[in-house]
Amino acid sequence: MRRKNKVYFIVSEILLIIVALIMFAPILLAFFMSFMKPAEVFSFPPKVIPSSFYWQNYKEALRLVPLGRMLLNSAIVAIFITVGKLFTGILAGYAFSNFNFRGKKIAFATLFITLFLPAETVMIVPLFLLMKSLGWVNTYFALIIPFTASATNTFLMRQHFRTIPSELSDAARIDGATPMQYLLKVLLPLSKAMIGGAALINFVYAWNMYLWPLVVTMEDKMKTVQIGVKMLIDAEAANNWGTIMAGTMIALGPTLLVFFLIQHLFVKSLVSSGLKG
Amino acid sequence: MRKFTPYFLLIPTFVIIIFFIYAPAVSSFKLSFFQESFFGDRSIFVGLDNYIDLFTDSEYYKVLRVTFVYSLSSVGITIFLAFLISQLLIQKLPGTRLFRTLMFSPYAVSPAISATLWAMLFTPTAGLVSYLFQVTFNINVDWLTTVPYAMVALIAATVWKMLPFDLIFYIAALQNIPDSILESSLIDGASGWTRMWKIKFPLVTPITFYLFIMNFTTTMFSSFGIIDIMTRGGPLGSTTTMIYRLYLDGFAFQDNGLAAAESVVMFGVMSVITYLYFRFVEKGVHYQ
Repeated sequence: MRRKNKVYFIVSEILLIIVALIMFAPILLAFFMSFMKPAEVFSFPPKVIPSSFYWQNYKEALRLVPLGRMLLNSAIVAIFITVGKLFTGILAGYAFSNFNFRGKKIAFATLFITLFLPAETVMIVPLFLLMKSLGWVNTYFALIIPFTASATNTFLMRQHFRTIPSELSDAARIDGATPMQYLLKVLLPLSKAMIGGAALINFVYAWNMYLWPLVVTMEDKMKTVQIGVKMLIDAEAANNWGTIMAGTMIALGPTLLVFFLIQHLFVKSLVSSGLKG
Repeated sequence: MRKFTPYFLLIPTFVIIIFFIYAPAVSSFKLSFFQESFFGDRSIFVGLDNYIDLFTDSEYYKVLRVTFVYSLSSVGITIFLAFLISQLLIQKLPGTRLFRTLMFSPYAVSPAISATLWAMLFTPTAGLVSYLFQVTFNINVDWLTTVPYAMVALIAATVWKMLPFDLIFYIAALQNIPDSILESSLIDGASGWTRMWKIKFPLVTPITFYLFIMNFTTTMFSSFGIIDIMTRGGPLGSTTTMIYRLYLDGFAFQDNGLAAAESVVMFGVMSVITYLYFRFVEKGVHYQ
């Protein structure tokens, strides 16, 4: 039994290492390739490790497509969507968790159904026409405003606020605190970690949006970095993968870095919310 | 005053969802009954013509078939692999923390970037995966432009991208299985493989169902980025899914009526999913 356990342990450990390497390999290989000279990229059999740090790929990627400006756009869009979703989600979540009111069930159902009506994909045509009539095409408004509220954030906040003992709310009311004071002074400070986790998930979601920015932005200066990667592939007619991978690293770097730094928060809030990034 | 507080609190959320989710949803229905006139200067009511066009077009049946093949294979493979791999991650083996971080990293990668990475791996001249297939199975094809390999490449990128989400949920679910259940099966002498599929897998059924719905939704919608970058729906339409076709009709061919009818068909698929979600998941899944 002991011997068997040991074999089992070693096999599991080896499998674990192999799977982890396979899962991480695409990112690692892309990182290496972003430093390869064109001749190395096309060597056969393929090379994995570059012979030197060939920064030219990054310069070339930035020359072909204004990735710097696009990074800025992605950051602006992702930050405003995140703040918007948290703001609307906290207020609505608070309404559902701490109040009883007429129409609560209908309001809840109305919100719930939106989980299955992804505006940024299925409704791109009517949403685009709406943007046109508002004069928002090719603006930050179009990239941000439609996505500043979501059922997932509301439910997440509601779920969390409900775990906070109602004695606190009773005590606050007796002390003469208004509902808003209770929210700001008691609930929010107790929800910091959860809000942080939700912020990250929202940020990654917004940063990664693709179809909507693709159709609603016309000029390079309004496009996000995800679209920049596609433009880079189109611009690189010779498919110089070194340059494309350099651009990919520029687009991927910020989210991956944040993810590595605070991965535990991501995982915790993802599981507790069932929120899809 | 307190009586009105909840309504004030709901205003921001409801303004946004009514204007930007419900209004476009309603106008999808409306648009689907209209067609642009020849000069594009006015809309003409055409009744069900758009739907008739759609469902008498054999191409659209192909689109439906491609969508379901792509979605179901991606989702099935992802769930199967995630359940297997999660077994390795709950054993508290040395280095698990680091390996978890590495395995979860595709979660932070966007669909568009996963597609770029996998397009690179499958490229015949420089790609490692393409090379490995060449030496092991003697398959030497241009993956992204050959039927049916383009679909295989697409599924690979999709599975890789979705896997971390499922892993995270399976790990949480498996850690909640009481030790006593697993110990009694150990005494019964069940082998590791049997224990995994006959005892653990049924115990996490609610999570599996939840993941199935979430993954299916992802493949229906967010897969757009993967397809647009890797194959653009080709070759010969073999990777054109419903969402990709909707984009082509709405934005490349500027046929709003037809695209709106396609949105409505997608709503139909989504309402089935919503129904299943309410019927099975809401009752069974407790995330915490």
